Amino acid sequence: MVSIHLILFLAFGAVAAAGAINLLVQRHPINAALSLIAVMAALAGEYMLLGAEFVAAVQVIVYAGAIMVLFVFVIMLLNAGVEEQTKGSRVAILFGIPGMLLGSLLIAWVVLKHSGTGDVAVGALPGAPNVIGQLLFHEFLLPFEVTSILILIAIMGAVVLASKPPVPGGAPAKKVQD
Amino acid sequence: MPIGLYILASVIKSAIVLFVLLTSVAYTVWLERKVVGHMQNRWGPTRVGPFGLLQPAADGLKFLFKEDLTPPHVYKPLFLAAPLIAVVFALTSISVIPFGNDVVIGGYVIPLQITTDVNTGLLLILGVTSIGVYGVALAGWSSNNKYSLLGGLRASAQMVSYEISLGLSLVGVLIMAGSFSLRDIVHAQQGHFWGFIPNWNIFHGQIIGFFCYLMAAYAETNRIPFDLPEAETELVAGYHTEYSAMKFAMFFMAEYANMITVGCLATLMFLGGWNGPLFGPPVLQAILPVFWFVAKVFCFLFLYIWVRGTLPRFRYDQLMAFGWKFLLPVALANLIATAIAVAW
Repeated sequence: MVSIHLILFLAFGAVAAAGAINLLVQRHPINAALSLIAVMAALAGEYMLLGAEFVAAVQVIVYAGAIMVLFVFVIMLLNAGVEEQTKGSRVAILFGIPGMLLGSLLIAWVVLKHSGTGDVAVGALPGAPNVIGQLLFHEFLLPFEVTSILILIAIMGAVVLASKPPVPGGAPAKKVQD
Repeated sequence: MPIGLYILASVIKSAIVLFVLLTSVAYTVWLERKVVGHMQNRWGPTRVGPFGLLQPAADGLKFLFKEDLTPPHVYKPLFLAAPLIAVVFALTSISVIPFGNDVVIGGYVIPLQITTDVNTGLLLILGVTSIGVYGVALAGWSSNNKYSLLGGLRASAQMVSYEISLGLSLVGVLIMAGSFSLRDIVHAQQGHFWGFIPNWNIFHGQIIGFFCYLMAAYAETNRIPFDLPEAETELVAGYHTEYSAMKFAMFFMAEYANMITVGCLATLMFLGGWNGPLFGPPVLQAILPVFWFVAKVFCFLFLYIWVRGTLPRFRYDQLMAFGWKFLLPVALANLIATAIAVAW
């Protein structure tokens, strides 16, 4: 008997794959962005099925809810039009597709060799928020802090890029008062 | 519980919650018109039924029979999808909200909640509401109208900005309860201290968190004083300028359903959920928790309307400055203070 778990897994997988293909095929940027949101949401469903509730929720909040909103925001702001179709390059067809297949085979091989093909019970791996919190702040404290410093540097870089450079030798920029 | 009964119970619960939610949406609109009317020395709706109580039904019929106009220059697929997205996600987020303790019917334990008690219920609500932004943003963009576009842009920027403060204001409560489960958070607020003050989070050092939540929630639901996305004086009607009939009604429903969800969340997180004095015969004791829950949500909704009748609208730069330069630091300070107090 096919379990409902397997049916849901295949359904979410199909949505994710269809969304990813649609993302490539669509010519309007906003439709492409919306397909990407569908992919993110389907992946969140898969995480949920695997018992990783926290990762699923964060996937929806951060990727589908925050990052993609900014994508859509930028597309709306620039009012980007329909993308122009090129004929496609021969290099991409000759080397790109075989290269992609080779790359995914390599990744699959490494993953299978590392973790084996045995089944993992739902909830066997850490997925609950309190367990993840314990892991992050005890076992993986150093990588966690290093990542946060990396993000801090990225934020500072964004602030520097967004602020207007002072005009050399000119009058100081007028401050806007509210 | 066998799977068939489980599905039956879920369907019945969903139907009841949806019916109650949509009815409360309709009557919140009535309440708002009535209360704001009295605040402005008017009567509000009086013609349809006693005290205008049938006004929501009349409005619903009117929305159904109005011409459903689609302007010629819109981007049709998204123009049609946007109100659906808004209303679907607004109605979905109620599904993880618990309304009371478990009920035992015929030997089966049935939680008063559509889904079972998921460990990350709160995060699911935050996720679903953050996806709800797309309804507003896409409506503004697909309408192909400068006022709609400005409204959609304002809405997405505002909601992304205030989501951070909203999330941070709730973390203090999470630290105190030690769980993401809304049921555990309510259970952590049982009892009294100093003899009579209820053990709610708002009286337990989270008053600043509650204030931050309140401000961020008003901005998230696009309500006065933060209703910039639909500011009538500058943007006609903002993102839903081009919508008519039932499509407009869907945005309206989404807005009020979001208000109710936000009220439920405030009740669960800060106001003690369904905790309250229990007395009387067993039947009354079974109903009272749900009554307290509904009463608290009602107070929250009344506050929404009260604020609408009192405050003027912010300017957009003031809104952004308030969100980033005041609300976010205050929410962060509250979080750090709570963490230190709990660790003590």
